Amino acid sequence: MARLKKFFAAVGLLRESPVGMIGVGLVLFWVVIALIVGFLPLRDPLAQSAGDLLKPALTLAKDGGHYWLGTDDRGRDILSRLFFGSRLVLFWSSLATIIAYSVGMLMGVTAGYRGGWWDEAISFIGNVFLAFPQMVLFIVILSQLGSDSPAGQWLARMGFSATWVKGTTIVLAVMFATAPQVARIVRGLVLDLKTRDYVAAAEVRGEGALYIMLVELLPNARGPLIVDACLRLGYVTIAIAALGFLGLGLPPPDPDWGKMIADVRGFGALAANAMIWPALAISSLVLGLNLMADGLREIALRD
Amino acid sequence: MTQPVLECKNVSISYYTRAGEVPAVYDFNLTVNAGEAVGIVGESGCGKSTVALAIMQYLGRNGAVTSGEIIFLGRDMRKMSEQELRKIRGSQIAMVYQEPMASLNPSMRIRDQLIEVPMVHEGLDAKAAELRAIELLDAVRLPDPQRILNSYPHQLSGGQQQRVVIAMALLSKPKLLLLDEPTTALDVTVEAGVVDLIRDLAKKTGTAMIYISHNLGLILETCDRICVMYSGQAVELGNIAQVFNHMRHPYTYGLLQTLPLPTADRFARPLVPIRGQLPLPRERPTGCTFGPRCDYFKAGVCDLPQVMQSVARESTHEVRCARASEIKWKVPDKLGSTQKSAKIGPVVLQVKNLRKYYALKSGWGKPARVVKANEKIDFEARESETLAIVGESGCGKSTVARVLMGLDTATSGEVFINGNEIGQLPVKKRPPGLISNLQLVFQNPFETLNPSHSVGSQIGRTLKKFGVAKTQAEIEKRTGELLDLVKLPRAFADRKPRQLSGGQKQRIGIARAFGGNAAVVVADEPVSALDVSVQAAITGLLTDIQREHKTTIVFISHDLSVVRYLADRIVVMYLGHVMEQGTAIQVFAPPYHPYTEALLSAVPIADTSIVKKRIVLQGELPSAITLPTGCPFQTRCPRKIGAICEQQLPPVKQLAKGHSIMCHLPDDELQAMEPVFALKSELKTKSKKRSQASS
Repeated sequence: MARLKKFFAAVGLLRESPVGMIGVGLVLFWVVIALIVGFLPLRDPLAQSAGDLLKPALTLAKDGGHYWLGTDDRGRDILSRLFFGSRLVLFWSSLATIIAYSVGMLMGVTAGYRGGWWDEAISFIGNVFLAFPQMVLFIVILSQLGSDSPAGQWLARMGFSATWVKGTTIVLAVMFATAPQVARIVRGLVLDLKTRDYVAAAEVRGEGALYIMLVELLPNARGPLIVDACLRLGYVTIAIAALGFLGLGLPPPDPDWGKMIADVRGFGALAANAMIWPALAISSLVLGLNLMADGLREIALRD
Repeated sequence: MTQPVLECKNVSISYYTRAGEVPAVYDFNLTVNAGEAVGIVGESGCGKSTVALAIMQYLGRNGAVTSGEIIFLGRDMRKMSEQELRKIRGSQIAMVYQEPMASLNPSMRIRDQLIEVPMVHEGLDAKAAELRAIELLDAVRLPDPQRILNSYPHQLSGGQQQRVVIAMALLSKPKLLLLDEPTTALDVTVEAGVVDLIRDLAKKTGTAMIYISHNLGLILETCDRICVMYSGQAVELGNIAQVFNHMRHPYTYGLLQTLPLPTADRFARPLVPIRGQLPLPRERPTGCTFGPRCDYFKAGVCDLPQVMQSVARESTHEVRCARASEIKWKVPDKLGSTQKSAKIGPVVLQVKNLRKYYALKSGWGKPARVVKANEKIDFEARESETLAIVGESGCGKSTVARVLMGLDTATSGEVFINGNEIGQLPVKKRPPGLISNLQLVFQNPFETLNPSHSVGSQIGRTLKKFGVAKTQAEIEKRTGELLDLVKLPRAFADRKPRQLSGGQKQRIGIARAFGGNAAVVVADEPVSALDVSVQAAITGLLTDIQREHKTTIVFISHDLSVVRYLADRIVVMYLGHVMEQGTAIQVFAPPYHPYTEALLSAVPIADTSIVKKRIVLQGELPSAITLPTGCPFQTRCPRKIGAICEQQLPPVKQLAKGHSIMCHLPDDELQAMEPVFALKSELKTKSKKRSQASS
């Protein structure tokens, strides 16, 4: 109960930042859509209709329904593909961010608290990954861990669907590219936090390093990390969409927003309608996350 | 009648926060005449800094003067335009802040920062401005002005930085100088120099000063008049002698009683803390703000709003207390119950020839540099005894604590606790019984508790770790007992640290340290970050617990007044060496080590009946990487006798049982030393005797 109350108090604080509220609204829109999309009266996102290719928005369908946002190059309903796609986008980008964050926090807190040799090693590995342009890193990792790779084949043999195999490799790629950045932030925060007396107090009562890192240090770094995680989730969403656009994303026929753009791009101006909607979806979600982060930061800075 | 420099008339100041308007200061009246130094004293949160900012008209976006007039040289500053104010600030009114490093731009040379002032305000050219800057650097007694001008702020010591800031404030010959805790961030001997300087400058230049401080002793030494503030109001205003000798407000009275004096110990004159807490600005009582904490509270009189009124017939002494004339004022002496000294037991802690060097990282091929934090430390502490380690920053006192706690291991030498060697034993290798036997109380109450966890869980974790309590029920029971021990309500276990005041946090820190019935508790400046009235309560608590548990307390501090009050034995450290050690009485009476003498004379004393010898140390603290040859103190020693001080490490002389000094001074000179503190009355009789003898 107390926890719930606190949560509402935090939301109440966010209400003071109009920018933050817009962000929350955008993000919440997509989250709610992803949750209830199965109950919405939508057309089948995979059903193709040879007679309705690249139709504009608000077109009447042959079966009497509407293509509210038009159709793509195979006559599939864009609205339902977008809405079903939100599930994929939110699920995989959140999962990738959470895993990248966990690894990055662990790296950062170890480097920051242990210092010395640990710090040198972890920071070096991180810097190696940061030295690659992100896309190059993605492509290298995805090509090495793709469904043709031994790891991918093993996963497939274990009964994982193609989507899961691909999704897992994307999560790993995002982790390698993002975790070092997170580690840097956490390391900086921990370098400051570890000079606090309560850390010395824990050492003086004989606590182990793991306890101090996880219980004494990380909880106190949460403020800036929550803000950063919002931003990072936005970046990951863009990265996954970009991968989809490059054909490295989730396998067809799942409606991935990035791939939806890539699918119709060959049709040029004819496909403007089919391209604008997924683009808007991506930018609204990322914008929402960024505004939310801004709002949180603004509130954190006040007082 | 000349015009006063500054007149505050019924000034009220508010801050606007998310929760609404918070009145910070109200009904504030103060007149400052030319050449006068007025001190504003009060505890944190009383509004003293807000007053200074209001005078500068610099309250920030969320603060505003809501009513009253602030008249500077006949003009109300509230009616001035932003442009007029900008002309006045920095030229007619200057301000010196607490942190010198925060007032100086770290990326600009001192020259550029100094000459800017007369260039902007008076239109001088760079050459003339530089001449003026050199003149003032000279006036603030900084040797070698050219070197200072060419330095960046980080190349100067804290004392030098603050002198530069004062010089900068005086550059345009201001009519009014505001000093907001200008020496709080400095060491005592450095502080003594700066205070000396401020006093002289005021006399020489005739600048009116407002000196804001929490330290009554400093105000006594620097100011002509004093204004005592409490919870947003001035409660007493008068000349130094009036307020200190004939205080007429219960808060002033209480404040003076909570102050440890370097001339009294805890048995002769126990401190009497002011009970209760400073009310939050939104929860101030409607009547006298001090009412709930006042022993003289009388319903029907004190719960009405109070006004400043003159103490009978003395127009210069005003007080905000309706009962001022009814209360029987005593001199704050011999009040409170006197306690008996605890019986000192066998030796518990022994430190022999302790040496701790830290190796600094150096580049490839460069010789490794070594910080010699502790050179040769010898002392022992007994059961039920309070041993104080005193010294200024950089003397190595905290390093001793770190080695004791096992956060670092000794480079050489031995540390015994109850006969077990622990100097080479890092905390990770110590058995739980040993860890709980030796605990630490930290300096900063705002950092001593983890803000993410509740108070109860932090105490509970300690108990579990020490093996004192195992089951949840046991832990809860013991946590409750510990909260009782430090006199906090048991309900505090569920609170988060941010819901606690500084003093309460420090109590939790003490409860945690005593969780496993520690035999030795190292207290590293446990009260230096607290307000005086809270300090008294915390020191009282520590001694109470000590008496009950026969604990040995190693009290690390820079504050000699507190040390004199608390300690049975004192170790004086300087640059990693023990300069002097002995019982508190031995150390505070001659013969002194020259460093102890300087340290003692630097302590500000809030008692008009005491005169002290002034010794201001010259020079800067040497670096611990390149220690001076011979005696570590020889570079600053006012009693240096010659080449021997530069060549040989002085021998440790036994002057009396348990009293030793590390110094080359011959015995007869040591014996001839005069006490630093003397009562005025005694001095008079002495000089009378002398004149009689000569005639």
